[in-house]
Amino acid sequence: MNHDPASNKKEISIKADQLTKRYGDFIAANALSFEVYKGEIFGFLGANGAGKTTAMRMLCGLSTPSSGSATIAGFDVYKQTEQIKKNIGYMSQKFSLYEDLTVLENIRFYGGIYGLPRKELKEKSTALIDRLGLQGEANKLVASLPLGWKQKLAFSVAVLHQPQIVFLDEPTGGVDPVTRRQFWDLIYQAADQGVTIFVTTHYMDEAEYCNRISIMVDGRIAALDTPHRLKEQFQVGSMDEVFYQLAREAKRVEV
Amino acid sequence: MQAITLNGLTKVYGKEKTVAVNKVSFSVEQGELFGLIGPDGAGKTSVFRMLTTVLLPDGGSATVNGFDVVKDYKQIRNSVGYMPGKFSLYPDLSIEENLNFFATVFNTTVEENYHLIRDIYVQIEPFKKRRAGKLSGGMKQKLALCCALIHKPTVLFLDEPTTGVDPVSRKEFWEMLKRLKAQNITIIVSTPYMDEAALCDRIALMQDGKILSIDTPANIVSNYPDQLFAVKADHMYALLESAARYEKRINSYAFGEYAHVAVPAGGDLEAGAAALRSSLENAGLKGVEVYPTMPTIEDCFIKLTVDRPAQALN
Repeated sequence: MNHDPASNKKEISIKADQLTKRYGDFIAANALSFEVYKGEIFGFLGANGAGKTTAMRMLCGLSTPSSGSATIAGFDVYKQTEQIKKNIGYMSQKFSLYEDLTVLENIRFYGGIYGLPRKELKEKSTALIDRLGLQGEANKLVASLPLGWKQKLAFSVAVLHQPQIVFLDEPTGGVDPVTRRQFWDLIYQAADQGVTIFVTTHYMDEAEYCNRISIMVDGRIAALDTPHRLKEQFQVGSMDEVFYQLAREAKRVEV
Repeated sequence: MQAITLNGLTKVYGKEKTVAVNKVSFSVEQGELFGLIGPDGAGKTSVFRMLTTVLLPDGGSATVNGFDVVKDYKQIRNSVGYMPGKFSLYPDLSIEENLNFFATVFNTTVEENYHLIRDIYVQIEPFKKRRAGKLSGGMKQKLALCCALIHKPTVLFLDEPTTGVDPVSRKEFWEMLKRLKAQNITIIVSTPYMDEAALCDRIALMQDGKILSIDTPANIVSNYPDQLFAVKADHMYALLESAARYEKRINSYAFGEYAHVAVPAGGDLEAGAAALRSSLENAGLKGVEVYPTMPTIEDCFIKLTVDRPAQALN
């Protein structure tokens, strides 16, 4: 079942060792240690307030850890944050594209920010628009697109500069079931081409689509394995139940 | 007695005449827990805003507690509670101040209806001096529910109360709704999470401004027309590709750790499963397992939208 392209080569894409973030007395992320392999789809789950966002911000080079170490695509999260940003893509449900720019303008804007040469950007824009079947919409404002198309476009823009890793923060929230599955097809395709996928979601059926998942509780990683082995370990039939068993143990009052 | 009725209710936006709500008709019984289920952009929020009298319809009519949403808006505003999808309490007031404010606006006191909110309020009471703008998502949600309940409404409108909320908190929230229902409050709740549909008395599935189906969750499931198989194999992506080429396939898609494959109903179940298994094995898949399975609300929703392929693509 577990489509695991990474199992043979195990080239490490993300490595965190005792990664910690403190805000005063509060330990938002507590000694996180894990590895994510190239081409792997890694699910990063946890209740609201468990510390997912804090961890993701450190991994993206946006927030300096309090202690511990991590490398992203081989770059150090303390010293090489600019290289990290060049080598990752990021997309979230909340922020993805500029609504007041057209489809084409958004693609050019992001391509430009990542320093793609003009000629390459032009070719890539055309190829991307063709692939998504957006020829008729290329000069329309993103605001006028249905949510499902926006999300697919946002993902494609996030991988336009061929990052080694793409971070997806709840990419499918509120999207209809059919489009949600089309979105996962894009994720599978990118992973097949060797892009490492680091994804958070509140949909437990989507957790099943990941090669491995980690579940954060109260700032720590409480479990990390393939969905299949986690269900065996907790002797339950679904990821929903695994999540429920772990997260209900949470002591931290969400404040 | 019907707590809510909609008759051809319609809302059109902007110069482009986008039809957000397209002649929607249904009714909600008093004391019912009714779910409006659909993705973003389906028109759920527009329906809620018209029913709570903050938006005027462009066609059709609707009543709440027997009052017309256009003519009798004052009576409706006195008798309903509304929790909008977007946080809309006063961020500069504390938890306590927000609650007192809403009680006072409705000519009541927190003490008078405290029994309605006690279960929820005790969870945020330790932070009652904190400003609402400084609260986490889960706590804002609880405070908003308290504020929507404090004047003892007979009908409660909850617009996507669980969006972006983790599965454990979502479960807790639905427990709260069950307790409110036991107090004979009519509840109409919208959600994009199909798994929450099963917790409602009745649901309306909505997409592109239209109602696709209205019934009890059990009836919606039992009206599913096809035979559904759950299928497992070593490689999910290869499985999906092979399933898409299966000759009897009506539809197929990923569903958690399984793929779901719909084929025409009727015929021998075991023979059907065996035929599907051998087809997938012939395509080179290993570890193939095929079981007949019951459809979920999500399968029904997919079926209803795929029957209208133009919209499903959007």
